[in-house]
Amino acid sequence: MSILSLIVKREFIAKVRNKSFIIMTFVSPLFFVALAVVIGYLSSLKADVKQIAVHDESGWFVSQFESDEIYNYQDLSAVDVKMLKENVLEEKYNGLIYIPQSDDIKEYENKVTYISNDSPSLGFVTQIESLIAGKITHVNLENKGIDAKQIEEAQAKVNLNLEKASGESTVKGLNEIKILIGSLFGYCIMMFIIIYGSMVMRSVIEEKTNRIIEVIISSVKPFQLMMGKIIGTSIAGLLQFIIWGVVGGVLLFIASSVLGMNASSPAVSAEMLQQNGEASAQIISEVQNYVGEILSLPLASLFTYFLIFFIGGYFLYSSLYAAIGAAVDNETDTQQFLFPVMLPLMLGVYIGFVTVINDPHGTIATVFSMIPFTSPIVMLMRLPFGVPIWQVLLSITLLFGTFIMVVWFASKIYRIGILMYGKRPSWKELYKWLKY
Amino acid sequence: MQPILEVKDVLKKYSDKIALDHVSLTIPKGTIYGLLGPNGAGKTSLIRIINQITYPDSGQILLDGETLNLHHIRDIGYMPEERGLYKTMKVGEQAMYLAQLKGLSKAEAKKQLDYWFDKLDIKGWWNKKIQELSKGMAQKIQFVVTVLHQPKLLIFDEPFSGFDPVNANLIKDEILELKEKGATIIFSTHRMESVEEMCDYIALINKSQKLIEGKLVDVKREFRTNLYQVGVLTDDIQRLMVQLSQKFKMEQTSFKSLNNELQLEIDLGSAMPNELLHLLSANGQVTHFMEKLPTVNDIFIQTVSK
Repeated sequence: MSILSLIVKREFIAKVRNKSFIIMTFVSPLFFVALAVVIGYLSSLKADVKQIAVHDESGWFVSQFESDEIYNYQDLSAVDVKMLKENVLEEKYNGLIYIPQSDDIKEYENKVTYISNDSPSLGFVTQIESLIAGKITHVNLENKGIDAKQIEEAQAKVNLNLEKASGESTVKGLNEIKILIGSLFGYCIMMFIIIYGSMVMRSVIEEKTNRIIEVIISSVKPFQLMMGKIIGTSIAGLLQFIIWGVVGGVLLFIASSVLGMNASSPAVSAEMLQQNGEASAQIISEVQNYVGEILSLPLASLFTYFLIFFIGGYFLYSSLYAAIGAAVDNETDTQQFLFPVMLPLMLGVYIGFVTVINDPHGTIATVFSMIPFTSPIVMLMRLPFGVPIWQVLLSITLLFGTFIMVVWFASKIYRIGILMYGKRPSWKELYKWLKY
Repeated sequence: MQPILEVKDVLKKYSDKIALDHVSLTIPKGTIYGLLGPNGAGKTSLIRIINQITYPDSGQILLDGETLNLHHIRDIGYMPEERGLYKTMKVGEQAMYLAQLKGLSKAEAKKQLDYWFDKLDIKGWWNKKIQELSKGMAQKIQFVVTVLHQPKLLIFDEPFSGFDPVNANLIKDEILELKEKGATIIFSTHRMESVEEMCDYIALINKSQKLIEGKLVDVKREFRTNLYQVGVLTDDIQRLMVQLSQKFKMEQTSFKSLNNELQLEIDLGSAMPNELLHLLSANGQVTHFMEKLPTVNDIFIQTVSK
């Protein structure tokens, strides 16, 4: 067996046998599923019905307030306002809508008051405002002799059809799906780098503090040891990710079938129903459309690119992590070196989520999908939107070119650092090590 | 016979200081070679170069007449001063891993391990983790993984530091046995007692330069002081002292003895020992007559503080 594969194997086994690794692997999906179930359960709980008193002296508006699951409106126009206010104070009612008497309907634009102990939600305020505005508009129209019904009938609803220049038609929501896929890829890479990069770092520090490092590198080249560590850790990481995926999927399936609630669909479809008022048959056909559209994305090439950028990005960053581990004696000393490593990673995610979503082919998104330290994240988020092949290739070339350079630098620091004990090195000293 | 290791004019600089200043050494086959020097003299730098952990800026190293290359990793066993093992790994697995890193096949590694575990009576430890072992036990494992690939050249950096006397003795015997079997051993140390006992050759490095190199007896001969310790039983101390002081420089000394004799340390100068002996025996009964040999410690201190 070659030396490298020996090291990879040892690192892999060392990681996989580690108790905290095993616990993390099997407990995390349980934790996340439990979290999802709790959130799902909480959101399915009916909120307390809020009692809202309506005191309408004009008599114009009271019929507009229709009780629903959350707000129960009671027509209390006959009751004295002062008493109602006291009732609100005593919390017999959650709130009071007070509409005073006025002759001119126009005045109601500024005359309606909502009285409550705690400030109402923005949604509630908007809802009340639009109810009253609707009635005023209605009355205004009638006053001018226009039949409101006719207006309602004349109102049109527009659906913009989307089509690519290449001719395929597309679904409006597809952009969101692309964003979702891109974000998922980018996020996965970032998490992977942070979790397993620091695992590489810890393992380097461990070898230093165990003082075994000199024994090892009298047998193998430091570069082999570093690469073996990075590869071994990443295989362990991939295994963990796959287990998370499978276990999480199975648990979610079990949870959803046991609790009889599909984690996301009721909320989403209910929303759709409310917002669009469409028939459910249409939703189903739309869902089929989405599925078709996802399948029509070049999934195979997307996945290939994902792997390429994943490998490039992970190796780039984890060799930096390894160098940091080599430069220090213990984990507490890593902070000052970790910050500049985390910075581009965070920047990548930030740019990905802010810029790419708004303008996937804009200058900022394009530039940062070329810069090697952010490209694994930003480019992956751009890819589902269709990126010219030359940009992808350029980005990959830059990434792997930088990767080779960084690994070279990192292995120099690593080579010197693993034999240095004592004082935490300064940046200047690290620079000196590069020249040894 | 061709030396096993030749260090030729090796220069090693770190950015701001010179670690090895044109050092040359010749290490003959089948010997125990003591590499001496105070802390920071450059011993570890040299050893790391021999192990190809770092590389010299200039100069050459020959192992068995060949320029040092990666194949030689198999031929060298190295126990660094900073030693350690993977704490959470099992003893057997760990030893197998380290042996395979040195290029042994699985079967070979197992065979060697069985031999050594048997020899050192540590068979039951195979499935224990290092962190469950005592320090002395871990040191035995450390020794085994250093020697189990049967290297031609063994390098021990401060081999006995941290060993308890029992283990130190055990390891010492094993090292002597390895030498009998033909291995060459380099000791790097600043503890002189072990050197005195075991080394055939020594080299002294101070401030990145080699100061002395040679057979231990030759070095001692070079540093001989011509001081003799003598003990005489005499009736007339006065007369003896007068006679002696005419010819030699001397002073009172003391050594362990069962007689109540006159104990002196006499500088022979250019005279022959027999002259002194004649003079002494003419004046009484000689109970003790011994050349005071320089200890390695004396040589070390004398050379380093020069």
